[in-house]
Amino acid sequence: MTDLLIKLIPVFPLLAVLLNGLAGKRYSHEIAHRLAWGSVGLSFLCTLGVFVDVVQSGTAHEVVAYQWIFGGDLTINLAYLVDPLTCIMLLVVTGVGFLIHIYSVGYMHGEAGFTRFFTYMNLFMVSMLLLVMGNNYLVLFIGWEGVGLCSYLLIGYYYDKVSAAKAASKAFVVNRIGDAGFLLAIFLIFINFKTLDYTKVFAQVGQLSPGMATAIALCLLVGAVGKSAQLPLYTWLPDAMEGPTPVSALIHAATMVTAGVYMIVRNHAIFDLSPTAMTIVGGIGGLTALFAATIGLVQTDIKRVLAYSTVSQLGYMFLGCGIGAYTAAVFHLMTHAFFKALLFLSAGSVIHALSGEQDIRKMGGLSSKIPWTYRVFLIGTIAIAGIPPLAGFWSKDEILAHAFTHGHYLLYGMAAIGALLTSFYMFRLTYLTFYGTSRLDHHTAEHVHESPMVMVGPLMALGVLSIFGGLLGFPPEHGWLHGFLAPVAGAGAEHTASADLVLTLMMVATGLALLGWGVAHYFYSVDLSAPDRLAAKFQAAYQTLLDKYYVDELYDRLFVEPTKKLGELLDWFDRTVIDGLVRGVAQMAEMGAAGSTWMEKYVIYSGLNVIGYGNHRIARQWRQLQSGMVQHYAAILVAGLFLLAVIIQLIMQL
Amino acid sequence: MVPLSAYVAVSAVLFLTGLLGVLIRRNFIIVLMSVEIMLNAANINLVAFSYYLESMAGQLVALFIIAIAAGEAAIGLAIIIVVFRGKISTNVDEMNLLKW
Repeated sequence: MTDLLIKLIPVFPLLAVLLNGLAGKRYSHEIAHRLAWGSVGLSFLCTLGVFVDVVQSGTAHEVVAYQWIFGGDLTINLAYLVDPLTCIMLLVVTGVGFLIHIYSVGYMHGEAGFTRFFTYMNLFMVSMLLLVMGNNYLVLFIGWEGVGLCSYLLIGYYYDKVSAAKAASKAFVVNRIGDAGFLLAIFLIFINFKTLDYTKVFAQVGQLSPGMATAIALCLLVGAVGKSAQLPLYTWLPDAMEGPTPVSALIHAATMVTAGVYMIVRNHAIFDLSPTAMTIVGGIGGLTALFAATIGLVQTDIKRVLAYSTVSQLGYMFLGCGIGAYTAAVFHLMTHAFFKALLFLSAGSVIHALSGEQDIRKMGGLSSKIPWTYRVFLIGTIAIAGIPPLAGFWSKDEILAHAFTHGHYLLYGMAAIGALLTSFYMFRLTYLTFYGTSRLDHHTAEHVHESPMVMVGPLMALGVLSIFGGLLGFPPEHGWLHGFLAPVAGAGAEHTASADLVLTLMMVATGLALLGWGVAHYFYSVDLSAPDRLAAKFQAAYQTLLDKYYVDELYDRLFVEPTKKLGELLDWFDRTVIDGLVRGVAQMAEMGAAGSTWMEKYVIYSGLNVIGYGNHRIARQWRQLQSGMVQHYAAILVAGLFLLAVIIQLIMQL
Repeated sequence: MVPLSAYVAVSAVLFLTGLLGVLIRRNFIIVLMSVEIMLNAANINLVAFSYYLESMAGQLVALFIIAIAAGEAAIGLAIIIVVFRGKISTNVDEMNLLKW
């Protein structure tokens, strides 16, 4: 029964993709969106069934859906592995995905390409489900590439907008760097283990030499860094905000970008063998958490602030992985999916209310006009800032506490400062958007309206999850989630810290969050000129942050421009050297022809003139055959082929 | 067990689909896609025969074809873009400079 449910999970969205993708033009939008969210809802129900079974039986299920590649001693199946880790990911993907699909019905209402949008969204769901459910690296890789493709398609959803098309290409190309690393990792794993199944690989993982373990872990890390937008490959995620807001919520906040974290947790047996790789994972995580948070401080586009916040929060998850706190990383992944989806969707609701305005400098005073959006946005802000008892506090504090109690003081310091900054920039966003005096222009202000129920409903559901989601991991390190994930993520190192220390760390974390709130309150509610004065005082630093540390410009100089130069060089080579050769040959032929002409004119001229004239006449008829159209040539070619076949057949019969 | 003839039949249908596409369709991109379909028809044939003759050679050739098809698609699309820049059209009917 459970096996059947597992097989069914990805089937529903796939059916919806086929129907909407192939026949979507033949029926109305009403049917298309019902198919889309209905299929995801069915997947969610199946997931619930599977989840209950896994909780009760406590065993992992391995199901072969299709025997795919088999030859020699190589067998790769389209098979699913559903263990506690997959269960959590499945619940997040289908649950949050379902809510976002419902929300999209309202948000995308009346857009051109409505059905196309839902087709891509469902295709994304299929890929993401394969990614988290696969029992071997190849299925994981298919899902990995699939979500990348859907990310590309959905960022470029408004493809006639140049910035969107460019952002889509950028996301695709940057991800390709990560994917190359991931492919190398898969090759290395195959060479060493002669199999790609997780269970078989992890069973023999002890045989790896430390060097090989580090190599595999680092290659996997390159893949994870690309997909999860960590330093130095994070640049595509802020640009990805060109896509519609539900896409940012689903793909670029809740699910796809967490695939890197999932992959590291899934492969923690390999990472555990290599302290070097672990240090690098933690370092990248800590740096990214801090780095992205500083950029988020000064951005003025509501979605970009959230994008940098996502990069920063993903950094926390990597940090958690790097210090061995896998359960905490997955916990944060889950709570982050709740509150970041909530934040993005309510930001979408704000944008919807303001007829497309995204600049927070032109907002303000919206709390009374769109009260429900305001309430849920505030819940999301408190949750991400890490103020107890909302979800974000428990998961973030657990990563921080683990870092401190296991002696990673530098990482703890980075993460703590990052937490302070997170609280500040999120409350800054809330204050600028919802409080103070309205800075709307007159025309927009007239049309401000609360979003329809179909959008507010999912927001409320996510709000409830953002409030209570943290209880799954309560009390810290001994919650239900920890027990559930223990078979997959390891029971974790023995807890040596005293209860007093844990409590003190919690107080510190809460204090930092409240401090961030206080500063934001002072800047944007009490002394409104303070931010400008501060910006004027630290002009250089402010400008650097505003320009995102010039990383995009640096990459342009280092990689994009040289590539273009190389292209120009090759073009020059083609035009001068290769074309030169061709021209040289042509000139030689021409000279030969000139000689022949002389011969003909004066030697053979008179005698053969008649034949030549006849030829000319015939050729004039025949040259009509040469129409210049490739398709005509192809048709003649095919006709000749048939003729040849017929002739050969006749000869054979003789 | 699926009989060999079934594979060959599918391959033949695919090949004809692709061939018709190349001959009939007017959009350069669709013509290119049709060429891909024809290549894949050949692939199915190769793999099917390789399986029934129990020799790996056919599958290897199929892999080569896949790689070459990728290159062909890249070059084909590049050509389409270059032509499009000159003609603002992807209609093959208008590309008849290659005559006399």
